[in-house]
Amino acid sequence: MASEITAPLPGKIVRMDIEVGSSVEEDMEILAIEAMKMENIIYAPCDGTIEKLLKKVGDEVEEGDVIATVA
Amino acid sequence: MGNKLISLLNTTGFVHLTPGMIVMWIIGLVLIYLAIKKQYEPLLLLPIGFGILLVNLPLSGLMDENVGLLWKFYHYGIHWEIIPPLIFLGIGAFTDFGPLMANPRLIFLGAGAQAGVYITFFVSHAMGYDIMEAATIGMIGGADGPTTIFIASKLAPQLMGACAVAAYSYMAMVPIIQPPIMRLLTTKSERAMHMAKPRPVSKREKLLFPIISTFVIILLIPASAPLISMLMLGNLFRESGVVERLKGAAQNELMNIVTIFLGLPIGATMHADIFLQPKVLFIFILGLIAFILSTATGILLAKLMNLVSKEKINPLLGAAGVSAVPMAARVVHKVGTEADKKNYLLMYAMGPNVAGVIGTVIAAGMFITLLGG
Repeated sequence: MASEITAPLPGKIVRMDIEVGSSVEEDMEILAIEAMKMENIIYAPCDGTIEKLLKKVGDEVEEGDVIATVA
Repeated sequence: MGNKLISLLNTTGFVHLTPGMIVMWIIGLVLIYLAIKKQYEPLLLLPIGFGILLVNLPLSGLMDENVGLLWKFYHYGIHWEIIPPLIFLGIGAFTDFGPLMANPRLIFLGAGAQAGVYITFFVSHAMGYDIMEAATIGMIGGADGPTTIFIASKLAPQLMGACAVAAYSYMAMVPIIQPPIMRLLTTKSERAMHMAKPRPVSKREKLLFPIISTFVIILLIPASAPLISMLMLGNLFRESGVVERLKGAAQNELMNIVTIFLGLPIGATMHADIFLQPKVLFIFILGLIAFILSTATGILLAKLMNLVSKEKINPLLGAAGVSAVPMAARVVHKVGTEADKKNYLLMYAMGPNVAGVIGTVIAAGMFITLLGG
Protein backbone atom coordinates (compact mmCIF):
# COMPACT_ATOMS: atom_id res chain seq x y z
CA MET A 1 0.00 0.00 0.00
CA ALA A 2 1.48 3.31 -1.08
CA SER A 3 1.23 6.36 1.11
CA GLU A 4 1.67 9.90 -0.08
CA ILE A 5 4.05 12.55 1.18
CA THR A 6 2.21 15.85 0.81
CA ALA A 7 3.32 19.42 1.39
CA PRO A 8 1.95 20.59 4.77
CA LEU A 9 2.39 24.22 3.77
CA PRO A 10 2.94 26.20 0.57
CA GLY A 11 6.51 27.12 -0.33
CA LYS A 12 9.58 26.14 -2.30
CA ILE A 13 11.47 22.87 -1.97
CA VAL A 14 14.99 23.82 -0.97
CA ARG A 15 16.42 20.45 0.02
CA MET A 16 15.66 16.87 -0.85
CA ASP A 17 17.39 14.04 0.97
CA ILE A 18 15.59 11.24 -0.87
CA GLU A 19 15.48 9.77 -4.37
CA VAL A 20 13.49 7.00 -5.98
CA GLY A 21 14.45 3.79 -4.22
CA SER A 22 15.62 5.43 -0.97
CA SER A 23 14.43 3.60 2.07
CA VAL A 24 12.92 5.77 4.74
CA GLU A 25 11.86 5.33 8.33
CA GLU A 26 8.94 7.03 9.97
CA ASP A 27 9.85 10.52 11.29
CA MET A 28 13.08 10.65 9.30
CA GLU A 29 13.94 14.06 7.79
CA ILE A 30 13.37 13.75 4.06
CA LEU A 31 13.13 17.27 2.62
CA ALA A 32 12.79 20.93 3.45
CA ILE A 33 10.27 23.49 2.19
CA GLU A 34 11.02 27.16 2.51
CA ALA A 35 8.04 29.36 3.36
CA MET A 36 8.14 32.96 4.64
CA LYS A 37 11.96 32.77 4.54
CA MET A 38 11.85 29.92 7.01
CA GLU A 39 13.04 26.40 6.37
CA ASN A 40 10.51 23.73 7.35
CA ILE A 41 11.65 20.14 7.68
CA ILE A 42 9.28 17.50 6.35
CA TYR A 43 9.36 14.04 7.92
CA ALA A 44 8.55 10.64 6.45
CA PRO A 45 5.00 9.55 7.33
CA CYS A 46 5.87 5.84 7.60
CA ASP A 47 8.57 3.23 6.97
CA GLY A 48 9.10 2.15 3.37
CA THR A 49 10.82 2.83 0.06
CA ILE A 50 10.36 5.94 -2.08
CA GLU A 51 8.38 4.74 -5.07
CA LYS A 52 7.71 7.93 -7.02
CA LEU A 53 9.17 11.40 -6.79
CA LEU A 54 6.89 14.05 -8.30
CA LYS A 55 8.76 17.23 -7.30
CA LYS A 56 12.37 18.32 -7.27
CA VAL A 57 14.51 20.93 -5.52
CA GLY A 58 13.47 24.43 -6.63
CA ASP A 59 9.83 23.49 -7.28
CA GLU A 60 7.08 25.64 -5.78
CA VAL A 61 4.46 23.57 -4.01
CA GLU A 62 0.98 24.34 -2.76
CA GLU A 63 -0.42 22.95 0.46
CA GLY A 64 -1.55 19.36 -0.11
CA ASP A 65 0.55 18.79 -3.26
CA VAL A 66 1.91 15.26 -3.44
CA ILE A 67 5.71 15.36 -3.38
CA ALA A 68 6.48 11.64 -3.30
CA THR A 69 4.93 8.26 -2.60
CA VAL A 70 6.22 5.67 -0.17
CA ALA A 71 5.53 1.97 -0.54
CA MET B 1 46.69 86.03 19.62
CA GLY B 2 45.31 84.12 22.60
CA ASN B 3 41.82 85.50 21.91
CA LYS B 4 41.97 84.39 18.29
CA LEU B 5 42.96 80.90 19.35
CA ILE B 6 40.04 80.73 21.74
CA SER B 7 37.55 81.91 19.14
CA LEU B 8 38.99 79.40 16.66
CA LEU B 9 38.57 76.70 19.25
CA ASN B 10 34.97 77.84 19.75
CA THR B 11 34.15 77.13 16.10
CA THR B 12 34.98 73.46 16.59
CA GLY B 13 32.54 71.08 18.15
CA PHE B 14 34.87 69.96 20.92
CA VAL B 15 34.18 72.74 23.37
CA HIS B 16 30.44 72.29 22.96
CA LEU B 17 30.40 68.63 23.85
CA THR B 18 28.26 67.61 26.81
CA PRO B 19 28.35 64.35 28.77
CA GLY B 20 24.83 63.65 27.52
CA MET B 21 26.05 63.69 23.93
CA ILE B 22 28.68 61.12 24.74
CA VAL B 23 26.02 58.91 26.34
CA MET B 24 24.02 59.23 23.13
CA TRP B 25 27.06 58.23 21.05
CA ILE B 26 27.22 55.06 23.09
CA ILE B 27 23.51 54.41 22.50
CA GLY B 28 23.95 55.04 18.78
CA LEU B 29 26.96 52.76 18.61
CA VAL B 30 25.12 50.03 20.53
CA LEU B 31 22.27 50.17 18.00
CA ILE B 32 24.76 50.00 15.12
CA TYR B 33 26.46 47.08 16.84
CA LEU B 34 23.15 45.24 17.35
CA ALA B 35 22.24 45.89 13.71
CA ILE B 36 25.51 44.57 12.30
CA LYS B 37 26.53 41.90 14.77
CA LYS B 38 23.14 40.56 15.86
CA GLN B 39 21.22 41.61 12.74
CA TYR B 40 18.45 43.10 14.87
CA GLU B 41 16.26 44.93 12.31
CA PRO B 42 19.42 46.19 10.59
CA LEU B 43 17.49 48.01 7.87
CA LEU B 44 16.21 50.42 10.50
CA LEU B 45 18.51 50.25 13.48
CA LEU B 46 21.60 50.95 11.36
CA PRO B 47 20.38 54.30 9.95
CA ILE B 48 18.71 55.17 13.29
CA GLY B 49 21.98 54.52 15.14
CA PHE B 50 23.92 56.68 12.69
CA GLY B 51 21.29 59.41 12.93
CA ILE B 52 21.77 59.45 16.71
CA LEU B 53 25.51 59.91 16.29
CA LEU B 54 25.02 62.76 13.81
CA VAL B 55 22.57 64.78 15.85
CA ASN B 56 24.77 64.56 18.92
CA LEU B 57 27.75 66.12 17.20
CA PRO B 58 27.58 69.77 18.27
CA LEU B 59 27.19 72.61 15.76
CA SER B 60 26.48 70.26 12.85
CA GLY B 61 23.17 72.02 12.31
CA LEU B 62 21.73 68.92 10.70
CA MET B 63 18.48 69.23 12.66
CA ASP B 64 18.25 73.05 12.57
CA GLU B 65 14.79 74.15 11.61
CA ASN B 66 14.34 74.98 7.92
CA VAL B 67 18.01 74.54 7.03
CA GLY B 68 19.34 71.24 8.42
CA LEU B 69 19.52 68.31 6.02
CA LEU B 70 18.04 65.79 8.46
CA TRP B 71 15.44 68.30 9.56
CA LYS B 72 14.25 68.43 5.94
CA PHE B 73 14.08 64.65 5.75
CA TYR B 74 12.14 64.66 8.98
CA HIS B 75 9.83 67.52 8.13
CA TYR B 76 8.89 66.55 4.58
CA GLY B 77 9.06 62.80 5.08
CA ILE B 78 7.65 62.11 8.50
CA HIS B 79 5.97 65.29 9.71
CA TRP B 80 4.16 65.56 6.39
CA GLU B 81 3.12 61.90 6.82
CA ILE B 82 4.57 60.71 3.54
CA ILE B 83 6.99 57.97 4.50
CA PRO B 84 4.92 55.74 6.85
CA PRO B 85 2.07 55.42 4.30
CA LEU B 86 4.60 54.62 1.55
CA ILE B 87 6.02 51.85 3.74
CA PHE B 88 2.46 50.54 4.03
CA LEU B 89 2.18 50.52 0.24
CA GLY B 90 5.13 48.12 0.22
CA ILE B 91 3.71 46.02 3.05
CA GLY B 92 0.45 45.70 1.12
CA ALA B 93 2.34 44.62 -1.98
CA PHE B 94 4.05 41.70 -0.26
CA THR B 95 1.29 40.67 2.15
CA ASP B 96 -0.93 37.73 1.23
CA PHE B 97 -4.25 38.19 3.04
CA GLY B 98 -5.25 34.68 1.88
CA PRO B 99 -4.61 32.97 5.26
CA LEU B 100 -6.93 35.51 6.88
CA MET B 101 -9.67 35.04 4.28
CA ALA B 102 -9.38 31.26 4.60
CA ASN B 103 -10.22 31.50 8.29
CA PRO B 104 -11.87 34.88 8.86
CA ARG B 105 -12.56 34.41 12.54
CA LEU B 106 -8.80 34.66 13.12
CA ILE B 107 -9.31 38.40 12.68
CA PHE B 108 -10.50 38.42 16.30
CA LEU B 109 -7.01 37.37 17.35
CA GLY B 110 -5.57 40.30 15.44
CA ALA B 111 -7.97 42.52 17.36
CA GLY B 112 -7.37 40.77 20.69
CA ALA B 113 -3.68 41.48 20.56
CA GLN B 114 -4.48 45.20 20.47
CA ALA B 115 -5.66 44.95 24.08
CA GLY B 116 -2.04 45.44 25.13
CA VAL B 117 -2.09 48.77 23.29
CA TYR B 118 -5.11 50.01 25.22
CA ILE B 119 -4.03 48.68 28.62
CA THR B 120 -0.64 50.33 28.26
CA PHE B 121 -2.37 53.53 27.17
CA PHE B 122 -4.30 53.64 30.46
CA VAL B 123 -1.28 52.62 32.54
CA SER B 124 0.93 55.28 30.91
CA HIS B 125 -1.70 57.94 31.40
CA ALA B 126 -2.15 56.95 35.05
CA MET B 127 1.62 57.28 35.47
CA GLY B 128 1.51 60.90 34.44
CA TYR B 129 2.11 60.95 30.69
CA ASP B 130 -0.35 63.25 28.97
CA ILE B 131 -3.07 61.55 26.98
CA MET B 132 -1.38 62.09 23.59
CA GLU B 133 1.90 60.66 24.84
CA ALA B 134 0.15 57.71 26.48
CA ALA B 135 -1.54 56.78 23.19
CA THR B 136 1.79 56.88 21.37
CA ILE B 137 3.49 54.70 23.99
CA GLY B 138 0.65 52.17 23.97
CA MET B 139 1.05 51.86 20.21
CA ILE B 140 4.43 50.17 20.72
CA GLY B 141 2.42 47.11 21.84
CA GLY B 142 1.07 46.77 18.32
CA ALA B 143 4.64 45.97 17.25
CA ASP B 144 4.26 48.05 14.12
CA GLY B 145 7.03 50.53 13.41
CA PRO B 146 5.46 52.71 10.71
CA THR B 147 2.18 52.99 12.63
CA THR B 148 4.00 53.96 15.82
CA ILE B 149 5.90 56.64 13.92
CA PHE B 150 2.72 57.81 12.23
CA ILE B 151 0.85 58.26 15.49
CA ALA B 152 3.86 59.86 17.19
CA SER B 153 4.12 62.43 14.41
CA LYS B 154 0.46 63.34 15.00
CA LEU B 155 0.20 63.15 18.77
CA ALA B 156 3.60 63.30 20.46
CA PRO B 157 6.52 64.19 18.15
CA GLN B 158 8.78 64.71 21.16
CA LEU B 159 8.60 60.98 21.95
CA MET B 160 9.00 59.73 18.40
CA GLY B 161 12.63 58.66 18.59
CA ALA B 162 12.22 56.65 21.77
CA CYS B 163 8.94 55.06 20.66
CA ALA B 164 10.31 54.13 17.24
CA VAL B 165 13.48 52.63 18.66
CA ALA B 166 11.47 50.76 21.30
CA ALA B 167 9.05 49.41 18.67
CA TYR B 168 11.77 48.25 16.29
CA SER B 169 13.95 46.81 19.05
CA TYR B 170 11.12 44.79 20.49
CA MET B 171 10.08 43.62 17.02
CA ALA B 172 13.62 42.36 16.55
CA MET B 173 13.35 40.62 19.90
CA VAL B 174 10.03 38.91 19.15
CA PRO B 175 11.78 35.50 19.09
CA ILE B 176 13.13 36.18 22.60
CA ILE B 177 10.20 37.97 24.24
CA GLN B 178 7.25 35.91 23.01
CA PRO B 179 8.12 32.21 23.56
CA PRO B 180 8.30 32.30 27.40
CA ILE B 181 4.87 33.96 27.55
CA MET B 182 3.50 31.45 25.07
CA ARG B 183 4.79 28.49 27.06
CA LEU B 184 3.52 29.96 30.30
CA LEU B 185 -0.04 30.38 29.04
CA THR B 186 -0.48 27.11 27.14
CA THR B 187 -0.07 23.40 27.85
CA LYS B 188 2.06 21.14 25.70
CA SER B 189 -0.97 19.40 24.24
CA GLU B 190 -2.49 22.77 23.32
CA ARG B 191 0.72 23.77 21.56
CA ALA B 192 0.82 20.45 19.71
CA MET B 193 -2.71 20.90 18.40
CA HIS B 194 -2.91 20.62 14.63
CA MET B 195 -5.12 22.98 12.65
CA ALA B 196 -7.82 21.84 10.24
CA LYS B 197 -6.88 22.29 6.59
CA PRO B 198 -7.97 25.78 5.49
CA ARG B 199 -10.52 26.30 2.75
CA PRO B 200 -9.11 27.43 -0.59
CA VAL B 201 -9.42 31.16 -1.30
CA SER B 202 -10.44 32.16 -4.81
CA LYS B 203 -8.69 34.81 -6.88
CA ARG B 204 -11.87 36.87 -6.94
CA GLU B 205 -11.99 36.96 -3.14
CA LYS B 206 -8.38 38.08 -3.00
CA LEU B 207 -9.12 40.84 -5.50
CA LEU B 208 -12.22 42.05 -3.71
CA PHE B 209 -10.58 42.02 -0.28
CA PRO B 210 -8.46 45.19 -0.62
CA ILE B 211 -11.30 47.11 -2.26
CA ILE B 212 -13.98 46.15 0.25
CA SER B 213 -11.61 46.60 3.22
CA THR B 214 -10.75 50.10 2.02
CA PHE B 215 -14.42 51.05 1.93
CA VAL B 216 -15.38 49.48 5.23
CA ILE B 217 -12.40 50.62 7.28
CA ILE B 218 -12.21 54.18 5.93
CA LEU B 219 -15.97 54.66 6.30
CA LEU B 220 -15.77 53.42 9.90
CA ILE B 221 -12.55 55.13 10.94
CA PRO B 222 -11.70 57.91 8.49
CA ALA B 223 -8.52 58.84 10.40
CA SER B 224 -6.95 55.52 9.41
CA ALA B 225 -7.22 56.47 5.73
CA PRO B 226 -3.58 57.40 4.99
CA LEU B 227 -2.26 54.03 6.14
CA ILE B 228 -5.15 51.77 5.11
CA SER B 229 -5.49 53.30 1.64
CA MET B 230 -1.83 52.70 0.84
CA LEU B 231 -1.83 49.22 2.40
CA MET B 232 -4.80 48.15 0.31
CA LEU B 233 -3.54 49.82 -2.87
CA GLY B 234 -0.30 47.85 -2.52
CA ASN B 235 -2.34 44.70 -2.01
CA LEU B 236 -4.47 45.46 -5.05
CA PHE B 237 -1.23 45.81 -7.09
CA ARG B 238 -0.29 42.35 -5.85
CA GLU B 239 -3.58 40.55 -6.37
CA SER B 240 -4.52 42.18 -9.69
CA GLY B 241 -1.63 40.37 -11.37
CA VAL B 242 -1.43 43.01 -14.11
CA VAL B 243 0.97 45.53 -12.57
CA GLU B 244 3.92 43.37 -11.60
CA ARG B 245 6.23 46.36 -12.13
CA LEU B 246 4.31 48.58 -9.71
CA LYS B 247 4.08 45.77 -7.20
CA GLY B 248 7.82 45.18 -7.48
CA ALA B 249 8.62 48.88 -7.17
CA ALA B 250 6.37 49.28 -4.13
CA GLN B 251 7.81 46.36 -2.22
CA ASN B 252 11.44 46.66 -3.30
CA GLU B 253 12.83 49.90 -4.73
CA LEU B 254 10.41 52.38 -3.18
CA MET B 255 10.39 50.54 0.14
CA ASN B 256 14.19 50.56 0.26
CA ILE B 257 14.42 54.24 -0.62
CA VAL B 258 11.89 55.41 1.96
CA THR B 259 13.48 53.17 4.60
CA ILE B 260 16.68 55.21 4.26
CA PHE B 261 14.76 58.45 4.70
CA LEU B 262 12.84 56.98 7.64
CA GLY B 263 15.66 55.65 9.81
CA LEU B 264 18.09 58.55 9.63
CA PRO B 265 15.77 61.37 10.76
CA ILE B 266 14.20 59.14 13.44
CA GLY B 267 17.67 58.74 14.91
CA ALA B 268 18.15 62.48 14.53
CA THR B 269 15.17 63.21 16.80
CA MET B 270 17.15 61.66 19.64
CA HIS B 271 19.25 64.59 20.84
CA ALA B 272 20.73 64.15 24.32
CA ASP B 273 18.70 67.06 25.75
CA ILE B 274 15.43 65.50 24.63
CA PHE B 275 16.21 61.82 25.02
CA LEU B 276 18.02 61.57 28.34
CA GLN B 277 15.06 62.22 30.59
CA PRO B 278 13.49 59.64 32.92
CA LYS B 279 10.15 60.24 31.21
CA VAL B 280 11.55 59.23 27.83
CA LEU B 281 13.67 56.34 29.06
CA PHE B 282 10.70 54.86 30.91
CA ILE B 283 9.04 54.38 27.52
CA PHE B 284 11.25 51.37 26.95
CA ILE B 285 9.81 49.65 30.01
CA LEU B 286 6.22 50.58 29.15
CA GLY B 287 6.75 49.48 25.56
CA LEU B 288 7.97 46.09 26.70
CA ILE B 289 4.93 45.75 28.98
CA ALA B 290 2.67 46.66 26.05
CA PHE B 291 4.32 44.03 23.92
CA ILE B 292 4.03 41.30 26.56
CA LEU B 293 0.39 42.18 27.23
CA SER B 294 -0.45 42.06 23.53
CA THR B 295 1.05 38.60 23.23
CA ALA B 296 -0.74 37.39 26.34
CA THR B 297 -4.15 38.82 25.49
CA GLY B 298 -3.93 37.30 22.00
CA ILE B 299 -3.32 33.84 23.45
CA LEU B 300 -6.00 34.21 26.11
CA LEU B 301 -8.51 35.33 23.51
CA ALA B 302 -7.72 32.27 21.41
CA LYS B 303 -8.38 30.09 24.47
CA LEU B 304 -11.63 31.93 25.10
CA MET B 305 -12.69 31.31 21.50
CA ASN B 306 -12.02 27.62 22.03
CA LEU B 307 -14.38 27.62 25.01
CA VAL B 308 -17.30 28.93 23.00
CA SER B 309 -16.61 27.53 19.55
CA LYS B 310 -16.81 23.95 18.32
CA GLU B 311 -13.93 24.28 15.92
CA LYS B 312 -10.82 24.48 18.09
CA ILE B 313 -7.80 26.56 17.20
CA ASN B 314 -4.27 26.25 18.47
CA PRO B 315 -4.05 29.00 21.13
CA LEU B 316 -0.49 29.83 20.06
CA LEU B 317 -2.02 31.56 17.03
CA GLY B 318 -3.16 34.34 19.37
CA ALA B 319 0.46 35.40 19.86
CA ALA B 320 0.66 36.10 16.12
CA GLY B 321 -1.93 38.86 16.54
CA VAL B 322 0.83 41.41 17.08
CA SER B 323 1.63 42.88 13.72
CA ALA B 324 5.33 42.07 13.49
CA VAL B 325 5.01 40.35 10.09
CA PRO B 326 6.11 37.65 9.60
CA MET B 327 8.30 37.35 12.71
CA ALA B 328 5.44 36.65 15.11
CA ALA B 329 4.02 33.98 12.79
CA ARG B 330 7.44 32.33 12.57
CA VAL B 331 7.73 32.29 16.35
CA VAL B 332 4.30 30.65 16.65
CA HIS B 333 5.40 28.05 14.15
CA LYS B 334 8.65 27.36 16.01
CA VAL B 335 7.02 27.01 19.40
CA GLY B 336 4.42 24.73 17.80
CA THR B 337 7.06 22.46 16.27
CA GLU B 338 8.80 22.19 19.65
CA ALA B 339 5.67 20.50 20.98
CA ASP B 340 5.15 18.35 17.86
CA LYS B 341 7.67 18.45 15.07
CA LYS B 342 5.03 17.70 12.46
CA ASN B 343 2.87 20.64 13.46
CA TYR B 344 3.12 23.23 10.67
CA LEU B 345 1.39 26.35 12.01
CA LEU B 346 3.20 28.93 9.88
CA MET B 347 0.53 29.66 7.30
CA TYR B 348 -2.29 29.54 9.87
CA ALA B 349 -0.37 32.03 12.01
CA MET B 350 -0.14 34.39 9.04
CA GLY B 351 -3.92 34.91 9.36
CA PRO B 352 -3.91 36.65 12.77
CA ASN B 353 -0.56 38.18 11.87
CA VAL B 354 -1.89 40.12 8.86
CA ALA B 355 -5.08 40.82 10.83
CA GLY B 356 -2.79 42.35 13.47
CA VAL B 357 -1.45 44.84 10.91
CA ILE B 358 -4.99 45.99 10.13
CA GLY B 359 -5.89 45.93 13.84
CA THR B 360 -2.97 48.17 14.77
CA VAL B 361 -3.85 50.69 12.05
CA ILE B 362 -7.44 50.75 13.27
CA ALA B 363 -6.28 51.27 16.87
CA ALA B 364 -4.11 54.16 15.70
CA GLY B 365 -6.99 55.64 13.72
CA MET B 366 -9.22 55.48 16.77
CA PHE B 367 -6.65 57.26 18.95
CA ILE B 368 -6.21 59.98 16.35
CA THR B 369 -9.97 60.41 16.01
CA LEU B 370 -10.63 60.51 19.75
CA LEU B 371 -7.67 62.65 20.68
CA GLY B 372 -8.05 64.96 17.72
CA GLY B 373 -4.47 64.89 16.46
